[in-house]
Order: sequence, then C-alpha cells, then structure tokens
Amino acid sequence: MTDFMNGYPMLYYLFLAIFPLLFVIPFALMAVYAERKVSAYMQNRIGPNRTGPLGLLQTTADILKLLQKEDMRPGHSDRFLTSASPIVVFLGSYLIYAALPFNSILTGATLDLGLLFLLSVSGIVVIGILVAGWSSDNKYSLLGALRSAAQIISYEIPSVMVVMILFVITQSLSLTEISEKQTANIFNWYILGGPDLTWKKFIFIPIMIISAVILFISTLAEVNRTPFDLPEAESELVAGFHTEFSGIKFALFFLAEYANMFAVSALIATVFFGGYQSPFGYLGDALNLSWLVPAEQFFWFTIKALGLVFVQMWLRWTLPRLRIDQLMSLCWKYLIPIALFLFVLVTFITMI
Amino acid sequence: MERLQKGEVHPRIIQALLDQDSGITVDDALDNEMILNMGPQHPATHGVLRVLLRLDGETVVASVPDLGYLHRGYEKMAENMSYYEYIPHTDRLDYISPPANNTAYCLAVEKLLGIEAPKRAQYIRMIFCELSRIASHMIAIGALGMDVGALTVFMWCIREREKILNIYDLVCGARFTTSYTRIGGVSVDINDVAKAKIAEFIDQFLGQLEEIEKLINTNRIFLERLDGIGVISKEEAISLGITGPTLRGSGVEHDIRTASPYLCYNEVDFKVAVQTEGDSLARYFVRADEVRESAKIIRQCLERMPSGDTMLNSPKKVLPRKTEVYTKMEELIHDFMIMNFGVKPPVGEIYSAVENPKGELGFYIVSRGEGHPWKMKIKSPSFTNLQSLGPLVAGHMVSDVVAIIGSIDPVMGEADK
Repeated sequence: MTDFMNGYPMLYYLFLAIFPLLFVIPFALMAVYAERKVSAYMQNRIGPNRTGPLGLLQTTADILKLLQKEDMRPGHSDRFLTSASPIVVFLGSYLIYAALPFNSILTGATLDLGLLFLLSVSGIVVIGILVAGWSSDNKYSLLGALRSAAQIISYEIPSVMVVMILFVITQSLSLTEISEKQTANIFNWYILGGPDLTWKKFIFIPIMIISAVILFISTLAEVNRTPFDLPEAESELVAGFHTEFSGIKFALFFLAEYANMFAVSALIATVFFGGYQSPFGYLGDALNLSWLVPAEQFFWFTIKALGLVFVQMWLRWTLPRLRIDQLMSLCWKYLIPIALFLFVLVTFITMI
Repeated sequence: MERLQKGEVHPRIIQALLDQDSGITVDDALDNEMILNMGPQHPATHGVLRVLLRLDGETVVASVPDLGYLHRGYEKMAENMSYYEYIPHTDRLDYISPPANNTAYCLAVEKLLGIEAPKRAQYIRMIFCELSRIASHMIAIGALGMDVGALTVFMWCIREREKILNIYDLVCGARFTTSYTRIGGVSVDINDVAKAKIAEFIDQFLGQLEEIEKLINTNRIFLERLDGIGVISKEEAISLGITGPTLRGSGVEHDIRTASPYLCYNEVDFKVAVQTEGDSLARYFVRADEVRESAKIIRQCLERMPSGDTMLNSPKKVLPRKTEVYTKMEELIHDFMIMNFGVKPPVGEIYSAVENPKGELGFYIVSRGEGHPWKMKIKSPSFTNLQSLGPLVAGHMVSDVVAIIGSIDPVMGEADK
C-alpha cells in the first residue's frame, strides 16, 4: 500500500486518518448489536430480531433515530461546553487509533513512544466527561463526572506501571516494535514471557499474566465498563454524565464508549497477545503471496481485540458494580502495590 | 451551576433535613452540602418513592423519604363500596403479590362475618400465598441485584416469576391482578392440570434458585456491596414497627404464620428464616431462605389438600353459585340482595393480619352493620418498613441508598395506598 501511494503522500496520510473512522463506526454498530445479543443470551432473552435479518440493522435504525432527534439542551447548561464535550470525549478515544498498529503497514503514526502516547491521550476523555457533567447543570451528572475523574486518574497509575514493566522487558515503547518482537509463534507472545528463550522467560510468564490482568482491570476502569461503571451507574445516577444529552450528542458518547472498548482491548492484545502477529505462521508466506500477509495480520489483530471486547461484555452482564470507596481501595491497596512489586522484581531479574 | 435555592424546595422538607442531627457543624448547612432529590422518577426507588438526601460529597448526612405519590385513597374508597366490590382493589395494594393481598382481605372480612372458608379453599389460598411469596421475593432479590448493578440476576428472577404468573393464568384466568379469593372461599377450584403445573414448577424452582445464588452468593463484589450496609438492630427494628423479612433479618423470630397461625399454617411444617446481622445482606439471605420454605409449604399443601367444596355454603353471607342462581328462586334472591346491598356483617370492629411477602398486612375494619365498612384501615408493611430508611441510610453513600431501598423492598402501591 505504501508503494501504491508513494507518489501521493497526502493521500496516504488522509487514508490513514480516515481509516480508523471507517473501522470504528461499523465496529460500534456491530458491537452494540453484539452486546445486546450477548446480554440477551445470558439472560434467557432473544434480543433484537426484528430489524433486518436477525435484527442486524437494529443499531443502524437506532443511530438513524438519534440523528433525527431535536438537539436539546437543559435550560441552565453552558451552550458551548455541552456541545463541545461529546466531541472531546470522542476525540480522546479516536486519538488512540492513531498509534494502533492494525498490521505491519497500516499504522497511523509509528511513534517511538506509542505506548505512552496511548495512555496520555486516553486521559483526554476525563476532560470531556468532567465538562459534560459540569456543563449539563444536573447534580446526578456532576456526581457522575466527579466519580469518573477520580476513577480514571487513579486507574492510570497501575496501567502506567504495567507499561513500565513492559518497557523494562521489551526495551521499547513503540507498539510496532513490540508487535514485531512477538513474531513467528504463540510462544513469543509477551503473555508467555516474550521471545528471548532464556531461564528468565519462565519467570516472566506468571509476572506477565498478573500484569495483563492488572492492565485489563485498569483499562476496564478507564473506559467506565462494569464493574467500574460508576460514572454512569444506571440505577444510582440514572445515566451519570450523559443524562442530559440526547440525539447526536448522545450517539457520540455511545460511539466513544465502544471505540474506547476496542482501543483498550487492542492495546492489551498488542502488548501481551502478539499484536497483529499470527499465533502460528502465515498462509501468505506458505503460498508465497506477499499481499496476503497484511490481510492476515489485520484479521488476527481484530480477532484478538474482539475476543477481549467479548470478555468485557461478559463481565458487564455478570458482575455487580463496585462502590466508590471499594473502587479506590481496589486500586490503591491491591493493584498499585502489586504492580509496583512486579516492577521492582522485573527490574532485578533483567539486571541479573 | 446554580445552587438550589431554599425557596425551591418545600420549606418543611428542608427543615426536616436540617433538623436531623448530622454531627457536622457548619454555619449554613446548604453552603457546603448538596441536597439531592432522588425520585419520584428514579429507576432504583421501586416505584414513586421520593427521597431527599443531604449529601456531603457522596456521603449521606440526612435523608427524608417523601411518600404519597401513588396515593389513591383506598381506605376511603372502601367506605363507599360493598365488601365484595373491594376485592379487586386489594390487588393494587402490593401489586407484586396480588393473591396474598386478596387472601388477607378476605380473611379479615370472614373474621368480621364469623365464617370460615372450607378446608380445600384454605389450602388453595395457602398455595397461592406461598406462590406469591416466591414471586415477590424473586422480584426483591432480582431488583436488589439490579440496584447494585448485576442486571442478569434480575432477568433470571423474572423468568421464575413468569412461570408463577402463568400458573395464576391457568387457575384463575388473570396473570397479574388475580382477584382470586372470594369471601368464603376461592373463585374457582384448582384442577389436576394446574396441580401438576405447580408441582412441576416447584421441582425445577430450587435448581434455578441455586443457579441464581451461585451467580451472586459467591461474588465478592455483591457481598461486599451489601455486607454491613444499613444495619438495624433488633431493638430498633421492633421499636420502628418493622415487619417481614426486614425484621427477621435483624434476628427477631416473628412470623405471623407461626405466631398466630391463620389458614392451615399450623398443619404444615416449615421453619422461619432468621438472620442476626441486620444488614442488607442478612435481609437478602432471609428472602432466599424464605422462598425455599415456601416451596416446602406448597409441596406439603399439594399432598395434603383435601377434596370438597371451595366455597362456603352460607347463603346470607356468601355469594351463591351461578348455576344455582340461574335455576333456583331462593339463591337468586340472595344473589340479588348481596349484589345490591352487600353482605351485612354484625356491628363491631376487627383487626386481622397475615404474613405477606413484605411483612404484616393488616386490615382493621369497623362495621356498623351496613353492606360496606364504616371505616377501613390498612396496615401496610411497606409503609412501616420505609420508616427505617432515614436511620438506615445516614452515614452511607449514594450507592448504598439504592442497595438499602432494594433490601427493604418497598412497594409503593402498598405504602401510599
């Protein structure tokens, strides 16, 4: 693809900028449908089955309905900030896609500090949520926004620590480089200790599994999914920070949530589960078809991320919600000390 | 964001909030604290309960429940209709368990009239009371799960309740507002198909209950959300007049079914579920144990149910059967008299209470010998149980408020009457 667009660099960059959007919107449509079906089967229901074949067009219909709605705004809310907040929230989750390596050639920005970039731009979501809650002039929204800010900021610490552990082991913060290191087969994935076949690999295996769980929990908290969905706690705060939003603004919040879900799953898949690498060899290599390899890589990347998205849905429909103090104690009493201990341990092991 | 002005809320409610001793001294309480209006339109307040919370951050400093949004004047309505006409209205009291309300009302009127339903009718009533207890507790457990965020539990519980509603449908033709009992018996007999259905339901129910419990009893988040939340001591519970599972969760072994047996509860063998902790978790465990006992009672009832009439033959007090009304003169006259002027109980006043799923449902009827009550007072368990909400939520967090409301399990149709 790079060769094909060699003469037109602007076109290439435009494609890279738009590609995630072309991916995210259909993904969000299907993910909402999938979530409803998953929850339905867990709860002895059928789920959407009227609109289109198997109800596949249900979400499309919902989005069309939301687009047609009047753009309403509470009387005392701040006009500029209420309009800006959904865009900021979506921006935060969309920026993550800039650094995600979908396959070996399709990466928006091959950053050397890709991992740090991901974690820092995901913090933009906090601003959007805070602004949304504050500007909508509703006490429930305000409570939800404050909860969200406290939660996301706290849970960034364990995820940064896991990233530090990874940095010590991989000696790299570039997502492409980390993905490239996990090539060839499943045993080179960092969840199974990484590509270096020494005695250290076997010590790293349990450490990496614990780190992956910590990263999964903290990213779950960062995207406000159950059991950490306190900011939007349906039964307490009705819908939290997006109570007062309707129409396209609400749709943007919704889109951002699902975009975020995929983004953090993709992050975990990249750093622990081999990124876009196949668990075994490539069909393209065997058949000597070089164009098939990127397609396969894209397939594996999406499959891994979707698997983690499914785990997120699974948890949502199984677990109750934590209380704010339990949420904080989980982060500060368990996740951060464990991550810190693992970090020290990993540092010592790599020094030997 | 503009602060809520004092004039915008009813001054008496604000005063009630401020009067409560919070242990926090500030110059102007509303300066540092926030008043949050929870309800009447709120998904977690089980209907139209409105709770005003005085919040310090997320901690509840004081709270005032504001009831009456579903007030329909049922006590006054009773004074203007005959005893028979009032039966459908009892469905709408605790609308989660209509057959239990029907039974409670009919028992009160029968006590006033000095009659007793035939044995078979009593057993059928017991079966229906216990089925409605299971249905009601399924809602209670499911809604409690939903309040703390476990949405799947609710759907699983609703599935069990659905089967019970189908049994109601099979027996009396109505799924929800059954109006099944009549003064002096029940409207229709249970046939063998229905009996088989009930037995089948009970057989599979315990397995399903175990599945539900497996999902939440082993879940640490669920347990920690409820453990030690909304503790009410034995003495407090008694002095607040709390009844039902909420009372038994505090370690008081009081159940009207054993304390002063009505129907045939003295003939069946069951235990009263009691927990001693008095917190939300204990109340949940009491409900889960109670549905097991209910299943046991239903099984025994199905075995021991005698054959015979399901309506008392007492022409001046009980409506005669329709087949006889159409064929015999005497019965037609009685039917006409009861339909137009009502049953005429003796002058006097009675109080009759039964153990409903939510607690003690009592009817206090004052009769002056007319076809309608001179005065009827309904002692509804939800109303008295809601009294405890203020002391229970103080000091807890906003998230706990919904868990506590869920564990008390009020039904506003009954609380507001």
